[in-house]
Amino acid sequence: MSAPARPAAPPVRVRPERGRWRATLRLLLSSPPSLFAVLVLLAVVVVALFDEQIAPTGFNEVDVSDRLQPPGAGHWFGTDDLGRDVLSRVVLGAKVSLQVGTVAVGFSLVVGVLAGLLAGFYGRWIDAVLMRLMDVLFAFPAILLAIAVIAVLGPGTTNAMIAIGITYTPVFARVTRAAVLGVREQVFVRASRSVGASDARLLLRHVLPNALPPIIVQTSVSLAFAVLAEAALSFVGLGTQPPAPSWGRMLSEGRGYIDLAWWIAVFPGLAIVVLVLAFNLLGDGLRDVLDPQQRSALEAARHRPGRRRRAEVRR
Amino acid sequence: MSGFALRRAAQSLVVLLGVSLAVFALVHLVPGDPVRLALGTRFDQATYDALRERAGLDQPLPAQYLQWIGGAVRGDLGVSFRSGEPVTALILERLPATLSLALGSIVVALLIAVPLGTASALRPRSAVDGLGTVVSQIGISVPEFWMGIMLILLFAGTLGWFPAGGYVPFARDPAGWLHSLVLPAVTTGLVSGSVLTRFTRSSVLEALSAEHVRTARAKGLGPRAVLSWHVLRNAMLPLVTVTGVQLAYLLSGVVVVEIVFAWPGLGQLALQAVEARDYPLLQGAVLLFAVVFLLLNLGVDLLYGRLDPRIAA
Repeated sequence: MSAPARPAAPPVRVRPERGRWRATLRLLLSSPPSLFAVLVLLAVVVVALFDEQIAPTGFNEVDVSDRLQPPGAGHWFGTDDLGRDVLSRVVLGAKVSLQVGTVAVGFSLVVGVLAGLLAGFYGRWIDAVLMRLMDVLFAFPAILLAIAVIAVLGPGTTNAMIAIGITYTPVFARVTRAAVLGVREQVFVRASRSVGASDARLLLRHVLPNALPPIIVQTSVSLAFAVLAEAALSFVGLGTQPPAPSWGRMLSEGRGYIDLAWWIAVFPGLAIVVLVLAFNLLGDGLRDVLDPQQRSALEAARHRPGRRRRAEVRR
Repeated sequence: MSGFALRRAAQSLVVLLGVSLAVFALVHLVPGDPVRLALGTRFDQATYDALRERAGLDQPLPAQYLQWIGGAVRGDLGVSFRSGEPVTALILERLPATLSLALGSIVVALLIAVPLGTASALRPRSAVDGLGTVVSQIGISVPEFWMGIMLILLFAGTLGWFPAGGYVPFARDPAGWLHSLVLPAVTTGLVSGSVLTRFTRSSVLEALSAEHVRTARAKGLGPRAVLSWHVLRNAMLPLVTVTGVQLAYLLSGVVVVEIVFAWPGLGQLALQAVEARDYPLLQGAVLLFAVVFLLLNLGVDLLYGRLDPRIAA
């Protein structure tokens, strides 16, 4: 079998070499806020992976005689109105938060990046159709779109993931499209095309890797938003359903006892803040090392009043 | 109107059409019969038929859409499945509470952002700047509803200064209105303020480094005059537009905060509509939010094009 003759690839460096990513990582970790963020995220991941070993009790172990106990030796974070250990529920809630966040953002990432790649690379009607579709999704305020999707699908953890995933898809499409437009006409892409590289090869080997930095930054920022959105949906009763522990749900349950037992609402809220803060700090750190021209998204917004600004401020 | 404004307005119209289709599809994507779902166990054939007919659900889809959108343009969003009242009336009833909250939040946000952002920019890497960075970083990471609960715990529970929830209409009791507004407005204002603080800081920093500011200083103008005449005026232009975008967010972003403070606004109405499976009401509320959101964003972009001719070019 003889493959059609293909000229050898030109000796042009087409992708950032592996060493550059390692150097980037080192640069990232040299900034204290980023290091803090990475350590916090690692800790949360460990807690979520070994939650059942770490949590002192099961998530739904009811002990009514021990209800509404303040934080102390027996229960570090106190107990709730059913006598459940708040610390255990906060620990077990980490898994839900991380799962919903990563699955939802994973969905947005895959769908959004694909749409952005196709729109940016092919242009014309593909671009027009895909991006108008994204514009429509973007025209709804984020949390409201998620609520509307759940109104159709019904409440629950899985549907919350889908709803949040749909909500944050257009951001990825726009960020990717913008990056692709910047890369598409670069010399190395044109050179590769001229020697007969297929579209798929061009997209996956040349365009996507060079469009990655803003996508990586957006992923971290979106994870922060997704965790907040999951908490908000669960808080209003549309996300994770009882008795499963979810930080947002715990807040809404603790709200009724706020005068009697501040700890039920305080600790899950702190957990949300710490996780979201870590994702936000990591996003800022990544932006500084990967995408220096962009600086803070808000600084860049001024030069482009349309898309980028809304993409970033959205929550 | 310039070409830019026309293009931008046409684009908004196309998006608006898509939005209306998406909102219309909402009720038809629901698995099962929406009317039956809404009626639940209190099933009564006569009511069922009447609701189906009034919602026009027995007609073909295109006809239904045209009827719905035609009504919406004239301000008729159909009738609620639950109460049988016109959706428009239900929405209008909730509008003052949401508007009060959104405006109150913007005031709080600007009161935080402008002084803190300006001070941070004037002394980069100082203690004030550090404070501004920490405050804004934490502010964007705190869930609004948790912030609300914490403020209630402190200011309504422990100190007893403000009510823990409830809305007092302005027309009935202006002082009570303000009193009831403080906690919810501070809650959402703190979060919006964090975003605006970062923005103000970078705006002022950029204005400070501009050539004309150096000239003004070289002329011997005092720091106060330079700041107010040459720096802030330029820095505030972009801030005005971002504030407009923030307002668009606030109009809808207060959904969850309205729940915390038992605030009878549009967000609460939308959530009640979801719980009651009252699809015409949900459609109306979502459509209104999306239209306001689009219009505010369009307005901001047009204003921006006006203020900064480089954009429209």
